[in-house]
Amino acid sequence: MTSPARSTDALVVFSRVHKSYDGTSFAVRGLDLHVRRGEFLTLLGPSGSGKTTTLMMLAGFETPGSGEILFEGRPITGTPPHRRNFGMVFQNYALFPHLTVGGNVCYPLEVRGVPRAERERRAAQALAMVRLEGLSSRRPDQLSGGQRQRVALARALVFEPPLVLMDEPLGALDKQLREHMQVELRELHRRLGTTFLYVTHDQGEALTLSDRVAVFAGGELQQVDTPEALYEQPANRFVAGFVGDAVTLAGTLADSGEPARVALPGGGVLEGVNVQAAAAGTPVLACIRPERIGLLAPGAAAANTVAATALDATYLGDHVRLRCALPGQEPIGVPLPLAALPAPPHGTPVRLELPARHLRLYA
Amino acid sequence: MEAGALREALRRESRARTLRALALAAPLALFLLLTFLVPIGALLVRAVDNPEVARALPRTVEALRGWRGEAAPPEPAFAALAGDLSAIDDQAEAGALARRLNSDASGARSLVMATWRALRAPASEGNAAVQAAPPAAGARAPLLAIDPRWGEPRFWEVIARNGARWTPDYLLAAVDLRRDAGGAIAAMPPEQTVFRAILWRTLGIAAAVTLGCLLLGYPLAWWLATLPARTASRVLILVLVPFWTSILVRVAGWIVLLQSGGLVNQGLLAAGLVEAPLALLFNRTGVIVAMVHILLPFMILPLYSVMRAVPPDYLRAAVSLGSHPLQAFRRTVVPLTWPGIGTGCLLVFILALGYYVTPALVGGPSDQMLSYSVAQYANVNLNWGMACALGTVLLAVTLVLYGLYRRLGRAELAP
Repeated sequence: MTSPARSTDALVVFSRVHKSYDGTSFAVRGLDLHVRRGEFLTLLGPSGSGKTTTLMMLAGFETPGSGEILFEGRPITGTPPHRRNFGMVFQNYALFPHLTVGGNVCYPLEVRGVPRAERERRAAQALAMVRLEGLSSRRPDQLSGGQRQRVALARALVFEPPLVLMDEPLGALDKQLREHMQVELRELHRRLGTTFLYVTHDQGEALTLSDRVAVFAGGELQQVDTPEALYEQPANRFVAGFVGDAVTLAGTLADSGEPARVALPGGGVLEGVNVQAAAAGTPVLACIRPERIGLLAPGAAAANTVAATALDATYLGDHVRLRCALPGQEPIGVPLPLAALPAPPHGTPVRLELPARHLRLYA
Repeated sequence: MEAGALREALRRESRARTLRALALAAPLALFLLLTFLVPIGALLVRAVDNPEVARALPRTVEALRGWRGEAAPPEPAFAALAGDLSAIDDQAEAGALARRLNSDASGARSLVMATWRALRAPASEGNAAVQAAPPAAGARAPLLAIDPRWGEPRFWEVIARNGARWTPDYLLAAVDLRRDAGGAIAAMPPEQTVFRAILWRTLGIAAAVTLGCLLLGYPLAWWLATLPARTASRVLILVLVPFWTSILVRVAGWIVLLQSGGLVNQGLLAAGLVEAPLALLFNRTGVIVAMVHILLPFMILPLYSVMRAVPPDYLRAAVSLGSHPLQAFRRTVVPLTWPGIGTGCLLVFILALGYYVTPALVGGPSDQMLSYSVAQYANVNLNWGMACALGTVLLAVTLVLYGLYRRLGRAELAP
């Protein structure tokens, strides 16, 4: 999983790339990553995880300490950033405040020596693509945040780069606008077919936008996968905790077979998937998506259940979240459909079903 | 009824606020009035002030009205002069008159003082004769008897020209113009022109110093602006230390460094770059080097504060869009730092215009700036009118530059 299979359609290849700023700790460590031609790949991770450093090394603003970055099969580590010909969108847009919207969008064409008429035609086209027709003579400070974002996009796309890099481009927008722009970005990517490399710390955004997501933590690549696989089959406990909600139960691996079994401290044994081939007797963390947990009706029987006590219920509009106490564990939240109302009152003993194929055990 | 009371209350409140603001601003306003506006006003007045002749010789001036200076002065003028001079009681006033006339016609000092003393002497014949003579009979001969130079029209011309309470002569002289005999404004004869050349020299030195500061300060300010804030403030102290050192100390330092046996020349000689020591001191080079050094912080500080506000992302964005880093710098950072460039250049240029001590210490005679002439007139020649007129020229140049800056600045920064 951490070393993706070599594929012929890789546009960008990171090969054993290391980067350190201070000489003692790694910002990026042993990175092997393939960016496929035409895909929307998101680098996801908390701050300091190395995702932005990775993007900046690809853009050419940072130099790898060792290793090589290939573009179209050719090493580009020695290519200065202005000759890499990648579009780039910055978190704060970085629109030139002394130029008009049109001037901003024309800029990359101008430095490439595109004739004026052609320049204006293509700039108008790019502005139309992001639905900003007629705003060409405005100044950036006369635009709303969303409009600035679109100008930055148009500017990064107008010279038709084979690869567009985006560094948390929606970070400065409010939630509603962000969701709207996500849809537009996705649509733009579908229409253009250009390869997008996107950096964010927002896992919801990563899952919404991407064909594939690369999860970073502590300078190391944790997992590269489709959003669905990332969510359903996290490779390690970091990914399980970082991407989506997870209910976690601490226990000891009782049986490392298939399926493996985990013994919980308060008694009870659960079956699950032994993701990292942990040995029997080692402490493990059992993780499951909350929506996979079922609340058994009194008297009903099921496999892989655990006894708990209902604490309280929170009404959330589309569902109810029931907090349950398990002996020796942090309280866990179980989502219930509205049809399950009224929720069991405080102190009621309940049985929870944790389907074995969704319960993943991490060393 | 209610509304009226409310309006009244609001008005009271707003009046109280205004009064409070005025009270807080008043001490500074008073200070500025006393230390800034009043001296400038006095300077402007002094530049056109011409009280001596009008006060001391009112009848003579009256008698000379209409006299053009082509012929001998009219007869009544002699009598009027004798009367006016006799009426001066105070030696100081006579001295002021004599000094004033002497600054326009050399020799007038001794002429006036001698005549005044002769006329005031209680039992002198001249005095008796002049005063005994009826005005019509002529006071000409007795005055000539006291001093035959009263026969020269140039002294009378000076009296006639300075008869008015206010005069444009100082200001005209400050830009190498004068009034000819007919009162029309004409150019100074070429051999007497000095101030235009000095003004151009002053502007030239100020421009060279400004350019030097910009060339040295801009890269440094940019480097400072890209440093982390904590490091930058430490380095900034190094920029400011010279700023806090006395100008005299720094100039003395430059004299030590730049003299023919100084460190710079020794270094150049040792490196084999020059055959003989370069003349770096008491010439234009020394003046510009020392002034650039002194004024550099005034360039760096505004540049730095403007550059701090330019996010490095602009540069990266321009590079990512295909600009060579230098081109990206020229097309993003430079336009965004125009306000800092403008402010820094204006500050340095205006400060440089008024430099006096530095050129006086490290410059030669042909490197002195306008303020040197001001000091010369104020301290040596005691010609306050000329000193103030030259000061007014400097003030006018400064204001014009500031106006230009405002106008260009607005165009450049228009949103």
